Formats: sequence, structure tokens, C-alpha cells
Amino acid sequence: MTAPTGVVDQALVWLNDPLTWTEPGGVLDLTAEHLLMTAAAVAAAAAVAIPVGAWLGHSGQGAGLVVWLTNASRAMPTLGIILLLAAGGLFGNTATVIAAAFFAVPVLLVNTYEGVRGADPDARDAARGMGMSGGRILLQVELPLATTLVAAGLRTTIVQVVATIPLAALAGGGGLGQIIAFGMGTQRYGEVLAGGVLVAALCLAIDAVLAVGQRLATPAPLRASAG
Amino acid sequence: MPGNPWFSWSYVVDNAPLLWQRTVEHAGLTIEAVAISAAIAIPLGALISRSRWLSGPVLGAVAVAYTVPSLALFAILAPLLGIGRTPVLVGLVVYALLIILRNTVAGLATVDPAVIDAARGLGYGPGRLLVQVAMPSALPSIIAGLRLATVSTVALVTVGVVVGYGGLGQLMFQGFRNNFYRAEIMTATLATILLALLLDLVLWAAGRALTPWLRRRTA
Repeated sequence: MTAPTGVVDQALVWLNDPLTWTEPGGVLDLTAEHLLMTAAAVAAAAAVAIPVGAWLGHSGQGAGLVVWLTNASRAMPTLGIILLLAAGGLFGNTATVIAAAFFAVPVLLVNTYEGVRGADPDARDAARGMGMSGGRILLQVELPLATTLVAAGLRTTIVQVVATIPLAALAGGGGLGQIIAFGMGTQRYGEVLAGGVLVAALCLAIDAVLAVGQRLATPAPLRASAG
Repeated sequence: MPGNPWFSWSYVVDNAPLLWQRTVEHAGLTIEAVAISAAIAIPLGALISRSRWLSGPVLGAVAVAYTVPSLALFAILAPLLGIGRTPVLVGLVVYALLIILRNTVAGLATVDPAVIDAARGLGYGPGRLLVQVAMPSALPSIIAGLRLATVSTVALVTVGVVVGYGGLGQLMFQGFRNNFYRAEIMTATLATILLALLLDLVLWAAGRALTPWLRRRTA
């Protein structure tokens, strides 16, 4: 038997074993852990990025900062940052959540900024003419108009966080990436393959669910322009 | 017990040959991946931008592949293609493909229809029209795509460590397993960022040299 088919067979056998899924620390547990970590990281990132992005967009300041953030975040090697955190003594799931949130902030901040910034100037003008204060303009005019972009940003962010968490498994973090890291460490390549398939499936499933969510979150009049 | 500093010059000096070797591996893999992606994505972009029926499904299919996390993709490809350079290269090409393809299609979509009309009126055939008129107009967008693809590829190469070929990522992970050798992880991380900035600068300069008319317009 050639090696590749052997690996595929191993992966199928492993995936077909009910115990793989239901044992403590099995696939179901790891998936739940993965999703909990995702929720925590996205919530932390959103708590920082949405208010800051909204305020920068409203006041029109910080365009340079936003551009710099987008570019810098692309050049950052995620793995290096996670390993540096580990070397600094930050381990396990908390460290993973912090690292994932750190990488989630730029996308969400830029989308919120662009959304608020790009609100129709006429609408903003009309709101000011009606005597709305700056805060009310932001909350009742600009942010609703920015919903499309914020929702798109949230979707990208969530998928990105789900994809980042497995990397942290290389540094001892939890979640589905553990299957890949463990398989690599013990040279059970069937499990590596199975872990890869599970992580990929989780990402695609979440992206599909969020695509529907994004459409629901977009106010009907804005849907056509969102394409 | 000696300290574990975040950065040390003596590490860089003592390990210069290894650092250089990993950097060359890293840069070589990045350049090869982006070149292959560009060779596929730019002609494909030109082809699919002719009809909306083609561009929608093709862009959608590539976007699905892009959603798969790099670690998972390498893990899936490694048992099928063997441990080492090949699965990393294939994975990187897939990720760069979407970025370059999207920018090629977007660039071609923004070509001024009046310019196309004028060229057609001058007797340009479809092939010459594409090469001499549409492509130069789309060039800024294509170059932006190449730069973005290059910068993200440099960062992605490090994940290749999971299948044993991660360029500077090898050093990061080796440092991690080596009792958290901070200087090694930090040096490799900084070198990765510097490599991304350097390659971005080279492409920016090349783009500037290739599109002299853009400068004339703003001047």
C-alpha cells in the first residue's frame, strides 16, 4: 500500500470512530472550546475596535493610523507573535484569545471607520440641521448607515479568528488545532489530515452561516448597493 | 543561569549563516509562489472579466479555498503531496491566487469604456486591445494585488513549519521548543516583517517604473 492512501485510510478510520467525537477532549469538546475562544476573542476585539473605529470615523481623525494598521496587520507573522507571547509566559487559552483578538482588531476597526466615514454627507448634514448632537448623529445616523460594512467586517473577523486559533495549538493552546499539532508531534499523519479537514469544515460552515447573518443584518434599502 | 533577553546581537552574529539560509528559503518560496500565482491569475482574470457568468463562479470558488485556514490547508496537503516544500508552495499559490485574481478583475472593470471604444475605432483587435489598452490601464490595480499577495505570503510561509518547511518560521518554532529562546523567536519574527517590507518596496518601485504616466498626471 502506498503511503498517501494509507494516510487517507487512517484519517477515515479515525473520523469514523465514535469515540473520536464523544470522548472527553474529543472532537465535540474541542469544537465547543474552539467556538468559546472565538466568541471571547471577537467580543474583546469588538469592544475595542468598534467604538474606536466609530469615533475616528465620526471625528475624521486618524486616517493615517487606519491605513498604517491595515498594512502592518498584513505583514505580521501571526505564528511569530503567538510564540513570542508564549515565550513571554502567556500560555494556553487565555493567551490564544488575546493573540486572536489582537489580530482581529485591525479588520474590524478599519471596516467600522470606513463605514462611518462613508456615511452620506447629506444625511449627516440633515441630521445636524435638525439639531442633533455629535453623539446622536453617530449613533442614530452614521452607525446605522455603516451597518453593511461593520457586518462584513464582523464576518471576516470571526472567520479569521476561527482560522487563527489553530495556530496557537502549536504553542499549546486548545481548540481543534490540537488534533493537527498532536498528530504532527506523534507522526500520525492520518490525524493531521483529519484535523485539517475538521478545521477547514468549521471555517467554511461558519462563513456560510455568517453570510446569511450578514444579509439579515443589512437593512433592506442598503442590500442592493452591497451586491 | 544566563538571562533570556528578548533580543541579542550575539545571537544574530553567531547564527548569521543559518539566519541567511532561512531568509533565502523564505524569500525564494515567496517569490516562486507569487510568480506562479500571477502567471495563473492575470491571464485567468483577463479571461473571466469578459463575462459576468464566468467571473462570479470562478471568484466564488477561489474565495472558498481562501477561507480554509493556512494551517488546515497545509495539514491536508502534506499527507497527499509529502512533507516539505511542495505542500507549502501549493498552499501559498492558492492564497495569492485570490488576491491577484480579484485585483486583476477589478482593474479591468475600471478601464474607461471611452478608451476601449476609441481603440476599437482605431481598428484594434481584441488581443491588441487587451494587451496594449486594457492591461496598462489595469496595471496599477494588478500591482497593488501583487504587493498585497507578496506581503501576506511572507507572513504565511511561517505557518509552513507545521509540515517542516517554514523558512524563518522554522527558527521561530525551534526557538519556542528550545526552552523559549526569546532572541531566536524575536529575530525570526523581525526578519519576517523586514522581508515583507523589503519585497513590498521592490514591487512598489517596479510599479512606479512601469507606470510612468501616473506620475506625469499628478505632477
